[in-house]
Amino acid sequence: MNLLDAVLFLPLAGFLTLLFVPREREETIRRLALGFASVTFVLSLGLAVGYRAGGEFAFVTDKPWIRSPEIRYHVGLDGLSLWLVLLTTLLTPIGVAVSWNYIRKRVKEFYALFLLLEFGLVGVFVALDLILFYVFWEVSLVPMYFLIGVWGHERRIYAAVKFFLFTMAGSVLMLAAIIYLYTYAGTFDYAELLRLQASGNLAFRRTEGLLLFLGFFLAFAIKVPLFPLHTWLPDAHVEAPTAGSVMLASVMLKMGCYGLLRFLLPLFPQASRECAPWIVALAIAGIIYGALVALVQPNMKKLVAYTSVSHLGFVVLGIFTFTPLGADGAVYQMINHGISTAMLFLVVGMLAARGGSSRIADYGGVATPAPNLATVFMITALASAGLPALNNFVGEYLVLQGTARVNLRWAVLAATGIILAAAYMLWLYQRVFFGPAPESVRDRVYDLKKREWAAMAPLVVLMVWLGVASETFLPAIRQTNALILERARASGEVRVELSLPLEEARP
Amino acid sequence: MTHSFVPTGVELLRLSPEILLVLAGTLLLVLEGLTGAKRGRELGRLALVALGAALLASLAAARQPGLAFSGSISADGFATFFRLVVIAAGLLVALFSGPYLRRESAERGEYYALLLYSVAGQCLMASANELIVLFIALETSSIASYVLAGYLRADRRANEAAVKYFLLGSFASAFLLYGIALIYGEAGSTWLGQIRAALAGPPGSATPLAGAAAAFLFAGFAFKVSAAPFQVWAPDVYQGAPAPVAAFLSAGPKAAAFAGLLRVFMTAFEPVSASWEGIVWVSALATMIVGNLAALLQSNIKRLLAYSSIAHAGYVMVAVTAHSSIGTAAAMFYLAAYVFMNVGAFAVVSYFARQGERYVHVDDLAGLAWRQPVVAALLSLLLLSLIGVPLTGGFFGKFYVFTAALEAGLVWLTVLGLLNSAVAAYYYLRILVVMYMREPSEAAADLAAPPAPVRAALWASALATLILGIFPSTVLEYASKAAALAP
Repeated sequence: MNLLDAVLFLPLAGFLTLLFVPREREETIRRLALGFASVTFVLSLGLAVGYRAGGEFAFVTDKPWIRSPEIRYHVGLDGLSLWLVLLTTLLTPIGVAVSWNYIRKRVKEFYALFLLLEFGLVGVFVALDLILFYVFWEVSLVPMYFLIGVWGHERRIYAAVKFFLFTMAGSVLMLAAIIYLYTYAGTFDYAELLRLQASGNLAFRRTEGLLLFLGFFLAFAIKVPLFPLHTWLPDAHVEAPTAGSVMLASVMLKMGCYGLLRFLLPLFPQASRECAPWIVALAIAGIIYGALVALVQPNMKKLVAYTSVSHLGFVVLGIFTFTPLGADGAVYQMINHGISTAMLFLVVGMLAARGGSSRIADYGGVATPAPNLATVFMITALASAGLPALNNFVGEYLVLQGTARVNLRWAVLAATGIILAAAYMLWLYQRVFFGPAPESVRDRVYDLKKREWAAMAPLVVLMVWLGVASETFLPAIRQTNALILERARASGEVRVELSLPLEEARP
Repeated sequence: MTHSFVPTGVELLRLSPEILLVLAGTLLLVLEGLTGAKRGRELGRLALVALGAALLASLAAARQPGLAFSGSISADGFATFFRLVVIAAGLLVALFSGPYLRRESAERGEYYALLLYSVAGQCLMASANELIVLFIALETSSIASYVLAGYLRADRRANEAAVKYFLLGSFASAFLLYGIALIYGEAGSTWLGQIRAALAGPPGSATPLAGAAAAFLFAGFAFKVSAAPFQVWAPDVYQGAPAPVAAFLSAGPKAAAFAGLLRVFMTAFEPVSASWEGIVWVSALATMIVGNLAALLQSNIKRLLAYSSIAHAGYVMVAVTAHSSIGTAAAMFYLAAYVFMNVGAFAVVSYFARQGERYVHVDDLAGLAWRQPVVAALLSLLLLSLIGVPLTGGFFGKFYVFTAALEAGLVWLTVLGLLNSAVAAYYYLRILVVMYMREPSEAAADLAAPPAPVRAALWASALATLILGIFPSTVLEYASKAAALAP
């Protein structure tokens, strides 16, 4: 049992512990949940410290789980999963902290499910066996379904069921593809599949490869979500409780992006390339569409939800440029989006909890009663709009540069998304924080409380850190992406403009 | 084949579960006559003991595997597996029948006797290696269950269910018998091994008669497992029958009929598989679609579970379509998982329904999670298993079934089947929505804590579901070994 196993199973232990605490002892339940989540986070910091860029996977555990057909408990960490795991373990205690006063009913179930969710999410990012991956993929679905459906807002049931069914529809096709792959390759093990791929023993007929690709792709595209499969997202985000929205937007959406890079590119290089132009077109459509819809949203939560559609378009675009710059930018953008969107949902959630509404029209002049809240929101809005020296700038810049090297027109189109981002963010800021304050705002809105500060401060620090010192994070990402792109390039012909020199000499 | 009419000791051992169950059932009837109708509770305990003993007898019989009674009984791994499954189902049902019957003031020995007879028939069906024995086994199981369906004599719904079940069931038996007659005409034998030998001639030597016999036999079995197009009886019967009986009908007879179907088609009719593969393919797909689509529209939870059990028969039928030993093993695993999750769900229904089955609508469960959190949590686990979410037995059941189907090259059936299971998620989710996301209804408000037997049955099914979902290897390996049926 190594550190990664501990990080993975500690939330599960927390879940099981909470089940045995009597429901009346709500304060104990909250403290226990925060304790488990915090310890998990501290342990996961050890992963970042102990991680050495170099080999393929670190902190590997590989044990048989089920004998026939062989399914292994095979987990490991590389530059792609490292930061996503940290993002999850960081946001879980924050989610627990911000729910402290807002979740008043069914406290025990809420925190138990929240820890179960963390277990599923960490598992998705570290699983190196396809069935294990699928298991975690589905396990993370169930708690989120309950979080939205039980503790959400008015249309929560509709949103929860829609969320579940969309994901389920995608994932059954992925399951079919996984099993088909097994009948073909005789293994579910990711490392083993890569070995077969490298030795040329995993060559598909064209249609076969395309169908397998589509099976995986649909599941991931729904989760990202890629335009036009995004319709579950605004509903789910708007109806979920704040902590749920945070986990959903910041971590769950990354499951799809992660899957694209981890599984699709290396396992189906040819089909990936063949479909790339279509996927890029959808990604750019999503960038512009998401931004335009965000511009006209009367509801803050919905606005933030649509910014996700736009920002995640950048991630998909970066991945399907097949360039190191694009892929690095995409991974960086996953982390950025995780942090800035978490911040946006936290701030909007705090505002809504104070003012009792998330309609923009109900607010105005919030900066006067709540100057600190306004400052934090300002930083977040600027980050989200891609201001240099803040996190999103780095990711978007890398993606656009990577895209420009492949196709300048794509880059120009995608860049309009950044301009629109500045427009919707600043306009939102102006309408909510400046201008005359309606009575409800003057009476009810107060500034940040201590616990809220504690929850947001680390995220603000990270936004600046990611913005000015990208070299803390990029080497690990770069090294892993180089391997993934090499595999994506290995079979099939190499187009000249795609084979740019890597930033670092590969080992 | 040696025809000795005096069974040896080991032959009796190989048939001991059935013998035990029949003797115990008869003993219950006699005791009931001697003690009067007031001792239902004690007789119920006796039935539980008998079922437990039959479970042990099956394990004992499994230590001496082999043929018995001139080869008409085969106490092999396959038989043991299904005996354990149907006896476990009977045990769980007998467990939570008690509180239900006491509530309806109808707890009598004859109920348990009928249950034991039916389980005996199902055990025999799992071990029958000859068509006449198979037919007798099927009838033993069926006739007892017709009576059980109408057990609450004063209840008109139950009467209707029993009559419907009996009439349609008789048709199905006739189909089966007709198929047996045809194959006797073709092969000159009713022993499965000899039929196989007769059909295994050079390709093209089998006459259309073999295909017709296969079709008739299939129709007979399809009725018993409620596969399309012979599924129409199931919703009406499940809805009308007392809840514990509906639980029983959805588990034991279905598993046993699949045992018979698998043994007959994997041994006797395997040489002419080309003639029936297409029929089973269509039936599998139609069963899944009919079950799932109709379940979407149900508001009565017993009806909903009936359609769900039709859909699950469809998934098992996918494994039958694969007709390989992997497929057989997958079907066995699926049925084991299915029996636990379904009986567990029905246990909650029978407890929740209250006297006269007043609360059997999905909406009645509103807010159950906040009145009886443990019951709701366990039911949720079972429902997630019925959906096929990982870490439950239902997931690995589906996983093995569709792995077998893909190994057999049934790509379309797999894709359509999996899409079906995504559709199915919707109606199971509705129950979860109602339990967790609605405010408590009056039906949930004045609900007493479940009586101990119901709790025990529920915990047992939930734990079995969880164990099959986390450590499926042992059961699957046993099924894989047993699935290589010796002709």
